Amino acid sequence: MAAFKETKLPANAPAAQKALGWVDDRFPLSKLWNDQWGKYYAPKNFNFWYIFGSLAMLVLVLQIVTGIFLTMHYKPDANLAFGSVEYIMREVPWGWLVRYMHSTGASAFFIIVYLHMTRGLLYGSYRKPRELIWLFGFAIFLCLMAEAFFGYLLPWGQMSYWGAQVIVNLFGAIPLIGPDLSLWIRGDYVVSDATLNRFFAFHVIAIPLVLLGLVAAHLIALHEVGSSNPDGIEVKENLGPDGHPVDSIPSHPYYTVHDLFGVSIFLLIFSTVVFFAPEMGGYFLEYNNFLPGDSLKTPLHIAPTWYFTPFYSVLRATTADFMWVLMVAVAAYVAFLWLKSRLAFMTKAIIAVVALVAIVGMLPSVLDAKFWGVVFFGGSVVILAFLPWLDHSPVKSIRYRPDWHKYVYLVFGLSFVTLGYLGTQPPSTVGTIVSQCCTLYYFAFFLLMPWWSAMGQFKTVPSRVTFHPH
Amino acid sequence: MNFAKKLLAILALVPGLALANEGGHPLDKAPDRSTNMAALQNGAKLFVNYCLNCHNASSMRYNRLKDLGLTEEQIKGNLLFTGEKVGEMMTTAMPAKDAKAWFGVVPPDLSVIARAKAGPGGSGGDYLYTYLRTFYKDDTRPNGWNNLMVANVAMPHVLHELQGVQVAKFAEEKDPHDPSKSVHKFVGFEQVKPGSMDKLTFDTNVADLVGYMEWMAEPAAQTRKRLGVWVLIFLTGFALLAWRLNASYWKEVK
Repeated sequence: MAAFKETKLPANAPAAQKALGWVDDRFPLSKLWNDQWGKYYAPKNFNFWYIFGSLAMLVLVLQIVTGIFLTMHYKPDANLAFGSVEYIMREVPWGWLVRYMHSTGASAFFIIVYLHMTRGLLYGSYRKPRELIWLFGFAIFLCLMAEAFFGYLLPWGQMSYWGAQVIVNLFGAIPLIGPDLSLWIRGDYVVSDATLNRFFAFHVIAIPLVLLGLVAAHLIALHEVGSSNPDGIEVKENLGPDGHPVDSIPSHPYYTVHDLFGVSIFLLIFSTVVFFAPEMGGYFLEYNNFLPGDSLKTPLHIAPTWYFTPFYSVLRATTADFMWVLMVAVAAYVAFLWLKSRLAFMTKAIIAVVALVAIVGMLPSVLDAKFWGVVFFGGSVVILAFLPWLDHSPVKSIRYRPDWHKYVYLVFGLSFVTLGYLGTQPPSTVGTIVSQCCTLYYFAFFLLMPWWSAMGQFKTVPSRVTFHPH
Repeated sequence: MNFAKKLLAILALVPGLALANEGGHPLDKAPDRSTNMAALQNGAKLFVNYCLNCHNASSMRYNRLKDLGLTEEQIKGNLLFTGEKVGEMMTTAMPAKDAKAWFGVVPPDLSVIARAKAGPGGSGGDYLYTYLRTFYKDDTRPNGWNNLMVANVAMPHVLHELQGVQVAKFAEEKDPHDPSKSVHKFVGFEQVKPGSMDKLTFDTNVADLVGYMEWMAEPAAQTRKRLGVWVLIFLTGFALLAWRLNASYWKEVK
């Protein structure tokens, strides 16, 4: 550690430069800015899909700022909560705007994050050496889901109340500890004031703290290894005389102005919703949620908010009849693994034992379908974390994959959207069968990825990025 | 990008799946009163006279009615009956406990009811407009009234002096999906006692009342839309500048 040395600037240097020098001697301000953005070299061939990271950051800030103002007027009390939201909508100056920005922001956050993840999927952004970035991102996604779930109880409408009731009851399906666990989460036998208070604490401080830490980790990891790009080429393998990758440009000013343009388009869409359709046809603000939560009146149809419905559909698809299909599917997968995979014998043996236990557990007399529904519901989220190790494609980007891979992804996207749509609808016979097919495809997409992702005729990846000057 | 285009084209078809039909009595479209101040003032008068006797609108302050073009004196003189102050909330004098004993339920708060009743079949206003006009005499019910929208409704027909008394006619029809069953189908109303208003006048007044309830559910709605136009104009200008700024920087990237 070198001794402290004050930077000497000429006496006639501008005051701002002197101040910055003084700070830089004591805190790496310029260094931080340059490392994280100012002189962070990013590939120059980013396309439309690369805006969503910045937009997610923007929405995070919007949610925090609007959230602070809402907290000033909101009352986390079962008797006052519903009224205090209406108080914000009517009596607090600009309260309606702040509230609509926050409620629209929640949905916008998920749209952006889903698109951000789609980008990762299409261009293999999670591949080595970016596995940790993906894992941090996955943890952010989990936090976001928790944040949205806790926050959704706060307006204390019918949908808030019964949505929370249904989700907390899911924990009750866990054998042995389930009922006590859900009681412990609620702090009461039904969702009540105790639940509202603790959800408020999680929503306004606990989860946001974790979220901010994870976002910082996500960005530090990204700026450490460098961004990927639509060609899936490692730009750092081709350095110029200045030591920077020849296919990269400093983020500032190029991506600053780029993102500014993206932000302006996003704000146009966002404001259109906030000012002209804040309910978004009952998807962003559900109609039933304008009735105060009532523990004695169960709504006919309870559905979570749209951003949870793909996973919720997986839960609902797991019916008692479907368990037989799942048992066959698990057995077939293990057989396939033994025949086709190059895993160590011990690993295969462990997987076979686990699968056998699972199949026995799936028998109707052992554990009921509700429990497995919760397992697959959780599994459908958690499986995303394993993507970096499931994808064995020799190329990262979809651009250089065999054409039929695109259809595998397309059907996956359609399955996800279909699951999401069906999750918003009341259950029906056809809907259940469709969601079961989509569920099977969803899991097959990930679990068979080690094989299909390496199959087919791959195109040659160029050594330099594809870039057309503007 | 060809692939992305295909993806978007297919996703665009998805909302078509959402056009599933809802069963039950179809909703009548409530006439739009959102910019008709005289109609909204009439609606407020009807609301205070007929609804507030039993229902609360506990998020609604009387003096917010100034947004509908009324002065504080007009509100005091015409809409306050039992010594409330103009800055108070619209609450009923009827204790909740009595209401529960008389009607079997506490009448719901109406502040945001027009938003709560929206659904796939129509807006909350459409629902209320249909509901308030489809009360009919039914002697099998404790209060003598029933309703097409809410079977065995607890609320009596408060507006019967205006609308008069009607009975509903039903016909047994074969279930088109199952010939062995029959369905109890509504075929029309029959006026048995005239009200103080003819049908058209009554419908107009209910439309005013519903218009008021829609306004009350979100008093800031018109401000929101008006401001929204300016925000979008500003953002369009901002987007144009950002677009050209971006282009001028990226010109030098080869």
